[in-house]
Amino acid sequence: MPPDLLDRRLLFVTGKGGVGKTTVAAGLASLAAARGKRTLVCEVDAKGNLADFFETGPIGFDPRQIEPQLWAMAMQTEESLKEYLKLQLKVPLLAKIGPLARTFDFVANAAPGVKEILTVGKLCYEVREQNYDLVVVDAAASGHVIGQLAAPQAINELVQVGLVRSQTGWMLDLLSDPVITGAVIVSAPEEMPVNETIELAARMRSETQVDLAAVVVNRVLPELFNRAEEEIFDRLHTADGVACLTGAVGGNATPLLDAARLAVTLRRTRAGHLARLRTELPDNLAMLYLPYLFTRSHGVRVTTQIAEALGEELGF
Amino acid sequence: MAARGRRTETREPAKSVEKLLATKEIVICCGSGGVGKTTTAAAMAAMAATYHGGKVLVLTVDPAKRLANALGLEQFGNVETRVPAEAFAAVGVEPRGELWAAMLDTKQSWDDLVERHAPDAATRKAILDNPLYQNVTGKFVQSHDYIAMERLYEIHSSGRYDLIVVDTPPTRNAIDFLEAPERMADFFSSRLLRWLIAPYQSRLFNVASKPFYNVADRILGSQFLQDIAEFFILFQTMYGGFVERAKAVTRTLSDRCTTFVVVSTLESAPVQEAEFFIGALSDRDLHLGALVLNKVLPTYLRSTAATKVARSFTADADPLADQVLAGLGDIGAHDDVARVLREVGESFLNYQVVAKREAELRDELSTVPDVVATVPYFDSDIFDLAGLLALGAAIWR
Repeated sequence: MPPDLLDRRLLFVTGKGGVGKTTVAAGLASLAAARGKRTLVCEVDAKGNLADFFETGPIGFDPRQIEPQLWAMAMQTEESLKEYLKLQLKVPLLAKIGPLARTFDFVANAAPGVKEILTVGKLCYEVREQNYDLVVVDAAASGHVIGQLAAPQAINELVQVGLVRSQTGWMLDLLSDPVITGAVIVSAPEEMPVNETIELAARMRSETQVDLAAVVVNRVLPELFNRAEEEIFDRLHTADGVACLTGAVGGNATPLLDAARLAVTLRRTRAGHLARLRTELPDNLAMLYLPYLFTRSHGVRVTTQIAEALGEELGF
Repeated sequence: MAARGRRTETREPAKSVEKLLATKEIVICCGSGGVGKTTTAAAMAAMAATYHGGKVLVLTVDPAKRLANALGLEQFGNVETRVPAEAFAAVGVEPRGELWAAMLDTKQSWDDLVERHAPDAATRKAILDNPLYQNVTGKFVQSHDYIAMERLYEIHSSGRYDLIVVDTPPTRNAIDFLEAPERMADFFSSRLLRWLIAPYQSRLFNVASKPFYNVADRILGSQFLQDIAEFFILFQTMYGGFVERAKAVTRTLSDRCTTFVVVSTLESAPVQEAEFFIGALSDRDLHLGALVLNKVLPTYLRSTAATKVARSFTADADPLADQVLAGLGDIGAHDDVARVLREVGESFLNYQVVAKREAELRDELSTVPDVVATVPYFDSDIFDLAGLLALGAAIWR
């Protein structure tokens, strides 16, 4: 029986671009920190906007404390390599290997999996060293995350000897242990995100050793009416219904009823996708639902609301 | 090639998507994920085939099964397939031209590229059989981007179509694919690649590269490095053709027959991406043809008069319910009617917040092209050609 979501040590948050992956990663980290866990949130995507969700300044490779129990960092594979070389090879003079940037760029591009292993390696390292209670990763989107999570395995198969090979063993141990590591797929009740979630969940099982801990469905629209209420609404949304309301309230009621109709239809379309998602995913997989936020704000306010909603879903 | 006649290059900027599609040969849809890029591309292609005529191809990267269904196709494939006339007939449309569809199959396209550029059968086989080949083509940074542009170039230069509408692969940076051909050319002419390959070719380490190998060997293991080197030695046989090709692809992107359509929704992250992309296009002197804003909430949601009505609905639901029951007869229990009115009012105010946020984001867009088309939030998903054409009609003029 895997532990509760926030009791794991390393969470990879992924999902299709545009579904709110970063929002959920920020929310999970914020929730964990608020519950007293020493938490590191790491953004892997170079062009990410994790900083916006905490309204803090730019985030770099060196973790920076942004809340009492919360640290944030941005993954930079080149920095990760430097750190690794310093730690593992005891290479004090990096100048010795020439312009590192260019060398690195080449090796990383030529050798599949190098960027990925440096990313995953750094994260696993933070877990192994017990620098934090929980590391939340705003991981790559669906297309790339499998490559990232499967990198240690792939490297193990490709590279027969060398330091990297000897390093992948302990990473695999961490990644394949569901008590320690879990993946969270963020989805939304729309067609393509649902398709991608189903596909990604299957690939995660077959191509990686990482346990899928939960699917978070973001932006769930509220149900406006029950059946009886909907009948009343249908009656009101007629010519004489609108006329009656317009007269009673002293202003045009048409936009309101049109808007409610739109809301009902949107909710219904999405409910279909949601049902399909639930059916296609394993029964025992935890699913957390987050409401669509009708708010004009963004940034830390949204992160807080998401953290609260996640807390409710997790039964806190 | 089917003649369209109406395609003339004018200096006058196109003032509508209709005119834009009539004057261009390649339309590249870009924008962040989840904004409806693929659907927009298909809708534009369907409209062009219907009203402009000629042969129109929609080249897509990751189509939903629904989109294949909407086009009346069993499925998409790397092979270009004509959308059957029955699919148009079924929705009562008689297109002037032909609509074709194809999907980008990255692996297959790479294989084709190797087929074309390998100097001889033995090299070709050696490359295709190399265990690293699949890994590199499948996971090579930007390999999807490159191959998308490469395929576009290949199809365009074949002269098989009057218009090609392509949607771009989902990338972390929408701009990556623009630079992919150049980067590919750079990569194959890089000194480092030669560095890596040289010792395995000559079996002689030169002094300059020795420290690099010492470290690289320790990190990666020499066998692995050698595997990579051998692979790239094989790949280098295609070097000349490859670099030439990459340059030609880059030229096509900046040709005046090519235009870019930036697709976005009015949400903050996609809008940021769209702005970034618009800037990147202008930096590179590439033609920005239109901005398509998808899934935009109706304008009536922003009406201030309606705000007042909505507030009355929530505040005075009970007396209003009495009046409704008096006016319309027994349409339900009083409390139910009051609850419905409250819900209607609250829901309106909720959606109004979002609609206003959208309008603000729209106003904040600093640089916008001549053509900005807005697509309303469609009630349901697009599941047939009629739906695609309805979306197309919304952005056409």
